[in-house]
Amino acid sequence: MPGPSDGAAFSELRLDNVGRRFAGKDALVDLDLTIRAGEFIALLGPSGCGKSTALNCLAGLLPLSSGSIWQDERRIDALPPEKRGFGMVFQSYALFPHMSVRRNIAFGLRMQRLPRAEIKRRTEEGIRLVQLDEHVDKLPGQLSGGQQQRVAIARAVVLEPSLVLMDEPLSNLDAKLRLEMRTEIRRLHQSLGLTTVYVTHDQEEALSLADRLVVLRNGRTQQIGTSEELHTRPANWHVADFMGFRNIVEADATSVSGSEVVVHGEGLRLLGTAASDITAHARVKAAVRPEDILVTASPTAQNHIEATVEVVEYQGRELAVEARTPSGLALHLRTEQRLAPGDNVTLTVSPDRLLVYPLETDDRAAAALVEAGAT
Amino acid sequence: MSVTMDRTAEDVRKGRDPGLRHRLAERGVDRQLALLIPAVLFIVLLFVYPFLYGLQLSFAPKAGGPLASYTAFFSDPYQRNTIWLTLRLALPAALVNVLASVPIAYRMRGNFRGKRLLTIILVVPITLGTVLTAQGLLNFLGPAGWFNKVLMSVGLVSSPAHLVQNYWGVLFSLIITGFPFAFLLILSYLSGIDPTLEQAAATLGADWKQRFRWITLPLLAPGLATTFCLAFVLAFSVFPSAVLVGNPAGETRVLSLAAYQAAYEVYDYSLASAIAMVMGAVELIVIGLVLLWRSRLYTGSTGGKG
Repeated sequence: MPGPSDGAAFSELRLDNVGRRFAGKDALVDLDLTIRAGEFIALLGPSGCGKSTALNCLAGLLPLSSGSIWQDERRIDALPPEKRGFGMVFQSYALFPHMSVRRNIAFGLRMQRLPRAEIKRRTEEGIRLVQLDEHVDKLPGQLSGGQQQRVAIARAVVLEPSLVLMDEPLSNLDAKLRLEMRTEIRRLHQSLGLTTVYVTHDQEEALSLADRLVVLRNGRTQQIGTSEELHTRPANWHVADFMGFRNIVEADATSVSGSEVVVHGEGLRLLGTAASDITAHARVKAAVRPEDILVTASPTAQNHIEATVEVVEYQGRELAVEARTPSGLALHLRTEQRLAPGDNVTLTVSPDRLLVYPLETDDRAAAALVEAGAT
Repeated sequence: MSVTMDRTAEDVRKGRDPGLRHRLAERGVDRQLALLIPAVLFIVLLFVYPFLYGLQLSFAPKAGGPLASYTAFFSDPYQRNTIWLTLRLALPAALVNVLASVPIAYRMRGNFRGKRLLTIILVVPITLGTVLTAQGLLNFLGPAGWFNKVLMSVGLVSSPAHLVQNYWGVLFSLIITGFPFAFLLILSYLSGIDPTLEQAAATLGADWKQRFRWITLPLLAPGLATTFCLAFVLAFSVFPSAVLVGNPAGETRVLSLAAYQAAYEVYDYSLASAIAMVMGAVELIVIGLVLLWRSRLYTGSTGGKG
């Protein structure tokens, strides 16, 4: 395939302390990120975390308030979007309503004033890529959500951009279609080798698609790492919370030896693993995933917790169970055992699955953010 | 939604058929229809009746056959020319207003500081009224007005340019009073176009000229057609400024003036009605042509909130 004609391919795209303020409020603070060619990066976080701001800054749709963006040795943050040569897929798809599917897909090629034959060939290629052959003469309004999504993707990738930006492209689709399109996006990425930055609030989507994830919270980078790293070792309890550690308990660290930490709280004494530096007698957050809480038959097991089953949700082979300890703490777990509300159970957690995070460091940063937001 | 209720005991007793009511409601016939009564009355009493009365009057001349008033109008070049004189004012005025509004509205479609103030300044001429505008124009553009003084002091002209009491005075007046309508309409059409469409075009490599040419303009065109029609109708019925800043005996003797003279100077109501009918017909032809062009455009959703 011929190389992109505008924004030349790069080996590295570097975001250097990128920040954006809106009316005196920080939407994005000091984002440092190096994207290597061919990588699939997900920007992940709850709504309002700054992930879309970061994407729009990258696309050139929003000017930066601070920092710079470098494409290898070329600084690009002052270039308008049309000069950057990045493709973008919008959450609302932003298809041109007055143009047929074919003309939508050909738009970028036409704007570059390529030879007619090449426009035709590459448009057909794009149409085939997303399997829209029967719909080429329809207007976007006549297509289903999934088809519109395909047009939006084809329109962005026929230009063979050096970087594709996707802003929550699947959030307007129903659950089944979302899974299909997810696979399709991954397939496209693998077959075309497109460098991609993908914004989402769905951690499952991000984990399954991306090579590396950037977790943002209140405009600040919390963690950058591979799916595996984020899944097993969240950097702080906020990331843990976001990555599916539904059980997060505030407790006291009573003794620390190496990475082993004993925590006391809610009438429990549990052995866990320090996920970052923990000092003895500090307030901590202990985090564990629902699937790592096991129902056990032996009441003498290590790290055991007595609880009463309160709510049971059927989820196929497994049940999602909410159980309550005598101190009133609600725990979420998943089990294949057929439990019923009112059952008394003994639960256990493996010490290496109970991650212990310091409470203060991060909350101080959070408090500072709230203060900054208030002024 | 009470009209779609099931058959109740009361319905049965009163012999009502809920099935019928349901079917009527589906066609939009329900009690809310009564809300239309004032509008219907208004149209019938103030438009339909006077129109039909005028129509029959135009076919009932003082002398001659039923078409005598129309023959009198079209056979007299002094009368016939008023059609051309009016079109010559209304078409350019409407066109200038639409074309001038587009770039200003395009620049103002987003949110920025001072937008409200700027809008007020642009819309103020609506509140002035034709007479005040005419007065201002006479002072400003007249032979002893500031405009001519400036032109003469910088040596552009040696004697005052004739800008009032003729065609130009009326055209200026029509443009000034018609601009706010065209501007407000076009601004609302433009704000109805989803801004992410232009952003998408930008990420696809389109510079601002290409974005305007291929995205904004095609989506705005139906709105421009509608705005042109309204601006044209507004300008076509020009009367006060044709008298005040024009030359009502000559080059700005517009149709409405001809009708007025027929009715209140010659007391030929039939001829006056015939002229009014000709006015309506010319307007309909122009609007019909514009709407014919509009029907060939894309007129669906523009993605925005409008």
